[in-house]
Amino acid sequence: MPERTATVASRSGLHARPAALFAEAAGEQPVDVTIAMQGQPEDEAMDAASILSLMTLGAAKGDVVVLRAEGDGAEAALDALVKLLETDLDAE
Amino acid sequence: MQNFQGVGVSPGRITGSVRQMPKPVSEPPSGEKLAEGISPEDAVVRLKAAAQAVHDELKARADTASGDGKAVLEATALMAKDTMLLKSAGKLINAGTSAERAIWEAGASVSEMLHNLGGYMAERATDVLDVRARIVAELRGVPAPGIPSSETPFILVAEDLAPADTATLNPAVVLALVTSGGGPQSHTAIIARSLGLPAVVAAHGVDGIADGSEVYVDGAAGFVAVEPTDEQRALATAWAETSATLAAFDGNGTTADGHLVPLLANVGGAKDAVAAAGLGAQGVGLFRTEFCFLERDTEPSVDEQAAAYKAVFDAFPGKKVVLRTLDAGADKPLPFLTDATEPNPALGVRGYRTDFTTPGVLERQLEAIARAASESEADVWVMAPMISTAAEAGRFASLCAAAGIQTPGVMVEVPSAALTAATVLREVGFASLGTNDLTQYAMAADRQLGPLADLNTPWQPAVLRLVQLTVEGAAQEGSGREGTAKPVGVCGEAAADPALAVVLTGLGVTTLSMTARSLAAVGTVLKTVTLEQAQELARLALSAPSATEARDWVRAKLPVLEELGL
Repeated sequence: MPERTATVASRSGLHARPAALFAEAAGEQPVDVTIAMQGQPEDEAMDAASILSLMTLGAAKGDVVVLRAEGDGAEAALDALVKLLETDLDAE
Repeated sequence: MQNFQGVGVSPGRITGSVRQMPKPVSEPPSGEKLAEGISPEDAVVRLKAAAQAVHDELKARADTASGDGKAVLEATALMAKDTMLLKSAGKLINAGTSAERAIWEAGASVSEMLHNLGGYMAERATDVLDVRARIVAELRGVPAPGIPSSETPFILVAEDLAPADTATLNPAVVLALVTSGGGPQSHTAIIARSLGLPAVVAAHGVDGIADGSEVYVDGAAGFVAVEPTDEQRALATAWAETSATLAAFDGNGTTADGHLVPLLANVGGAKDAVAAAGLGAQGVGLFRTEFCFLERDTEPSVDEQAAAYKAVFDAFPGKKVVLRTLDAGADKPLPFLTDATEPNPALGVRGYRTDFTTPGVLERQLEAIARAASESEADVWVMAPMISTAAEAGRFASLCAAAGIQTPGVMVEVPSAALTAATVLREVGFASLGTNDLTQYAMAADRQLGPLADLNTPWQPAVLRLVQLTVEGAAQEGSGREGTAKPVGVCGEAAADPALAVVLTGLGVTTLSMTARSLAAVGTVLKTVTLEQAQELARLALSAPSATEARDWVRAKLPVLEELGL
């Protein structure tokens, strides 16, 4: 399954506004995308489009997370989401 | 035509159309099953449609909001159609639970999970519960809970408002507040005064007024009329003019004959303090420090506290800022300090008393205050809430001295402190009367209860007598040494009522502290009386057999109130 790692760049971590923006973007992708902390087993990965899942994941600035997706458009979807994670969304 | 009489808690005369606040959403019964003939698949489809509708409504509101409010609404909108929430509800529905009960339970478990994470997440836990209530309302086909969203201005009618409603109350759209419950000291009253909205509470029967009805509200007289008369419309127009002239306070609280009564502001943080300074406040008479602690699972650090306090002090360089140490307990619980299971929290471990059970928090707060004070130019005074005895006052003074705080004082809100004011004041430098709690304790009447509204007014002659005893105690304490009596201020809601402010001045109170919005009205009325007239009105109020008569007698001698619609 295609996967990418990304380092959370937003100052407040994946909370609040960054979490909302990321969940919304994940929901707009043509494929289902999951998110997990690096090192976490794949079957514990959570729905990246769920803001509540993102909030319970508790990723802070500098944490590395793994994104996974499968199917048509998976690669492009992952690239777009990695870019978003590695942007400081609090600064915008 | 239909009239309602309640208790006026924030002056102003206005006409407008009514919007009723929907009743809170009731919990779907535990174990509620899918109705006969409804398949789990159908129920899931219904739930998803309801969730989508709630999402769209919140998203639309987010689009018109700005700043922090917008971000919170956007996040809340996403929660409504969150896959984690809906999947967990879907599982319950497949096991035969009704859609309403399923989303209720799913919301509860997600909310608990967030709550246990603490900090920012714990704050969002209530958003999940709000979303859950909205989805249940949508499924039932009843209006969404909370303050109605509307683009046209309206008069909000509710049973009572909660502190949380303040966040969603848009003063540009809400013209006035009318409640069937609540008392003069209820949250509705406090919210209304801080926003400067006319308000009437405890007006029985107003929940029956139809949405869209035109009403007239007189927030001073406590009067509400459906289908206003031409005369009432004229009064509302006149109020619009006088309120514009009342908007400014010249920063000089005095009677007509030059007896100075500094008018101070009650503030809850730096934003309030800056606004109060802009409205002419001569200092701060009550700086509530709870904002630093609320919605937290752990105590804030000394550094963090010092920075927050300094931000308030900096709004009043060279002026007096009276800070109240942490007042947790009763209606302001804190997980690390108070016990939520107390049977009688108003009489429990609250205010200064939390130092009995959790020593250290107060000392660290005093350390932070002393540091912030030394780094600012404000004249910082520090007082403890809920002091009952001279021994407590003495211990607080020694804690302050150890921290390097020059001016320790006490709140007088427990009747015992008023009755023994001379010995209490021997220990400290000043006293400040908290009339809200003093009234609740003197009358043994819960501040939040609508049916007790008549008891719960600082116009009660018993409460005025306690104010007088405190002032007399201060004079007695000061008579034995050179110099004058120690200052006794008032920082409760009573000081914001212009007529009561005159009475309090007549009783010998030295400063009045109030929500900054009331400074102009109080300052204007105070300038129309001499100290001797104020003393005469104080004697009149003390001699009244009831709160109603005390208020009516005093108001009758202050025609300026009627002229200004106060």
